[in-house]
Amino acid sequence: MTTTEETPPQSPASRDAASWAKPVDRLSAEGVAGAKVDSVSGKRVSGPLQGFGQLWQKTFTVRLTDSSLTPQQLVAAWKDGFPTFWPKNATFYAPLAGIAPGEVALLDIAPVPGSPVKLSTGVMVIYADDESFTFMTPEGHTLSAWITFSAYRDGDVTVAQAQALERPSDPFDELAYVLGGTKLNDRFWRETLVNLARHVGVAEPNVETSVVCVDKRRQWRYVRNLRNSASIRTVRRTLGAPIRKLTGRG
Amino acid sequence: MSATTVAVDRSGAVATVRIGGDVTSASESDLMAGYGQAIEGGAGAVILDFSGLEYMNSGGIGLLVTLLVRAQRGGVRLLASGLSNHYREILSLTRLDEAIEIHNDEGAAVAAVGV
Repeated sequence: MTTTEETPPQSPASRDAASWAKPVDRLSAEGVAGAKVDSVSGKRVSGPLQGFGQLWQKTFTVRLTDSSLTPQQLVAAWKDGFPTFWPKNATFYAPLAGIAPGEVALLDIAPVPGSPVKLSTGVMVIYADDESFTFMTPEGHTLSAWITFSAYRDGDVTVAQAQALERPSDPFDELAYVLGGTKLNDRFWRETLVNLARHVGVAEPNVETSVVCVDKRRQWRYVRNLRNSASIRTVRRTLGAPIRKLTGRG
Repeated sequence: MSATTVAVDRSGAVATVRIGGDVTSASESDLMAGYGQAIEGGAGAVILDFSGLEYMNSGGIGLLVTLLVRAQRGGVRLLASGLSNHYREILSLTRLDEAIEIHNDEGAAVAAVGV
């Protein structure tokens, strides 16, 4: 909705300039190795404003009581080992350049724990500094979201936090979210934080969760997000698998 | 780091919220209080003037989304002015520019509101 065409005011480089990705029209997952399916290249990013369902802010925190790591050290360790902290039913294919502004990662996630079917999607790193990094989802992802991973000091203790601002992307995703997807999603991030905390020496991590509905309205103008749906593509692929096998095309 | 500064000017149906310093998740109470003050008198349009913005991280951008949602819910037209090239790029990257009218300066934003 940019409306003024003249040259915007110039100013010296901001302190945050190196932390932000540059805008891109379409994503490219060229810098990722290992993933079988790339359903991200050619897509645009899609944030909380572009989704269909209700807007939620979810915050997960864990206090690293047995660890002496500073917030900066923790975020460095989190970036380095990010794929290893994910729950077992999901795979994060990290960019070869690491978690840095502008990089794209691919993901395979089981829609429900134990499912042999994997939902293939990805994320773009839109922001990264010493104390935080933020992912934005691409079109087709079940959630139109930003997820920020950060660490801060609370008294003598370092706290790790994952905070998502998310809307289910289309009506199908919204239905799945209401019917239990939101709880699976919460469990996913809680497990991630538990794994991270254990990695840095916390014996009994306790994850606190806060969930706030920021916008109850559904954005019907984004109902057409259905055409990019990774969920629908996955269902189609799964249902078609026996036929492809029979005809030798699978 | 410098503190967030928020100053509000109201002129009839238009209010301007001047945002300066650093905008991070810690700026939430200042920013929301400024917006609340701006719409108190029933302003139909709010201009966020970013001329004094020195630093914004992803937490700060998250606050802008919350603010946008609040404005949409209340039927308030939200405009932005005084953004440097860098911050225009960030609004483009995050696709916030699809939901907020961007003008070079406050005068252009006021003129766009047409009061």
